[in-house]
Amino acid sequence: MGLKQNLHTLKMKYKGTKMAPAFNAFHTFLYLPNETTHNGTHIKAADDLKRTMNMVIMSLVPCLLFGIFNAGYQYNLQTEEVTSALSFFSTEFWNFSNFTIGAWKVLPLVVVSYGVGLIVEFIFAVIKGHEVEEGYLVTGMLVPLIVPVDIPLWMLSIAVIFGVVIGKEVFGGTGMNILNPALTIRAFLFFAYPTWMSGDKVWVTGAVDTVGQPDAISGETILGSLAQNNGFGDWSMMDQFLGFIPGSVGETSKLLIIVGALILILSKIGSWRIILSTLAGALCMGLIFNGVVNAGWVTESSKFFGLMSVDFWQHLFIGSILFGAVYMATDPVTASQTNKGKWIYGFLIGFISIMIRVFNPAYPEGVFLAILLMNVFAPTIDHYVLEGNIKKRAKRLKLKTA
Amino acid sequence: MGLLSKKDTRLILDPLADDNPITIQVLGICSALAITAQLKPSIVMAVSVIFVLGLGNVVISLMRNIIPSKIRIIVQLIVVATLVIIVDQVLKAFAYELSKELSVFIGLIITNCIIMGRFEAFALGNGPWKSFLDGVGNALGYGVILIIVGFFRELLGSGTLFGFKVLGDSVEKTGLYAIGYENNGFMVLPPMALIVVGIIIWVQRSRNSALIEEN
Repeated sequence: MGLKQNLHTLKMKYKGTKMAPAFNAFHTFLYLPNETTHNGTHIKAADDLKRTMNMVIMSLVPCLLFGIFNAGYQYNLQTEEVTSALSFFSTEFWNFSNFTIGAWKVLPLVVVSYGVGLIVEFIFAVIKGHEVEEGYLVTGMLVPLIVPVDIPLWMLSIAVIFGVVIGKEVFGGTGMNILNPALTIRAFLFFAYPTWMSGDKVWVTGAVDTVGQPDAISGETILGSLAQNNGFGDWSMMDQFLGFIPGSVGETSKLLIIVGALILILSKIGSWRIILSTLAGALCMGLIFNGVVNAGWVTESSKFFGLMSVDFWQHLFIGSILFGAVYMATDPVTASQTNKGKWIYGFLIGFISIMIRVFNPAYPEGVFLAILLMNVFAPTIDHYVLEGNIKKRAKRLKLKTA
Repeated sequence: MGLLSKKDTRLILDPLADDNPITIQVLGICSALAITAQLKPSIVMAVSVIFVLGLGNVVISLMRNIIPSKIRIIVQLIVVATLVIIVDQVLKAFAYELSKELSVFIGLIITNCIIMGRFEAFALGNGPWKSFLDGVGNALGYGVILIIVGFFRELLGSGTLFGFKVLGDSVEKTGLYAIGYENNGFMVLPPMALIVVGIIIWVQRSRNSALIEEN
């Protein structure tokens, strides 16, 4: 008798008890349940919700690993333990010291995110008596990737409870939520504890503790330095593309995000329409700002000059627009459902992201705000796309019959 | 029979819970979001509304038979406005700091839907004593929610209650702050007030399923 059979026997034993949903969650996480439907159509697809979720998680693993190394690398770079990495496979980056420092900081974030989130999910499942929903599997992985590395763990726990309860459970759980739970968690952190979520001291581990000391660590991101008209700092184009820059844990490496995007698109889990149109929207807004600068309407004395004068295509390599486009905007629950709607939805996300990035005086990034905003509008977009289609076909019918 | 008959008690007690103007009728939300960042203005607001609504209900009830129905809204407005101006002037005279803090929101009691709602729905059809009880009851129901929201928002958002630093000093890092606790800046912002009111509504309806509306 294998493990699978054992699990099944156990499941039968606990059937109908309060803890059944909790147990079933573990069971189906590991195996396909051996229940069959008794009537109706029998279609069996391997890509059920859990496989889909697992696929997204797998596409996130490279980002997480890179984030761990990068957290240590940024610290060691500032304390001059290592020199700048020149290529992607440089041993200055992939070394044991970077890994231990990074893992010490990042893994607790992952553990807290999953631990707290799943506890909330299990509590709700037991109270409501339904099966544990898989929704948190991906959210739990996304959350540690989109927060600064030094965020205190208790803040993260409170934000996760808030995000899962207010962002998801009150709407009816997975599949019913209006807002992306991971971004709800980030928004909560951002508004509740702004000093830990923005500024120039949180993006490199240790920066907060060394403020004012002679060997102070600077945690400035490229966006932060651009917003103060200080240019790109010491970071080269290659650093930005490969991800050797300070930022939220998992969003720095554009290369690995592109790899993840390919996994999602090829497995048909992420919508290429949304990814593409988000980037197009961002480029479009970037072009408009470039035009404004070229026309001389905004001069170097303006506080917006630094970000406005960034070449439009470079906006894709700084900040988290790429990560947002690939992993956040494509969330099938909160995005538009219709194909035409997806184009509009994505385009506006990109467009608004760059707009907030340039004009927000307090915090030079707006991707999460833009996505949350468009999450709210996604059903409206779908509604009008559908109405438009109905009207078009009604007209066609009239022409035919006339 | 004592001072309050059974029916009279219901007039006061119902709006406190099962017929609460904020959580059940969902009226008067704007002021509940605007002035509840701290406990003190919440309580002042609650007291002001108790005064305006209790007295206003009596006045309208006394005049109910002589108000021509075509201009009753104007008459009601004049009554509220008069009472609100009294409240405003009293606050300005005796608690100037507080009245500055509450700024326009005392004046905006006039537009509080609960007040016009009670005038229309109750005072126009009932005697002065009953109207008084109804007005005080509804204002109390409104005030209770205000105070609950204000309590949580001030405690979690600023770490104080009535301005006293109950959780320790956030600048000098004493009390809870010494172990790394920080104020939740979101609590001070109006959206969080809406969420707190939402949670109260959620708790109330999950305790009493009779309150859940049919779809």
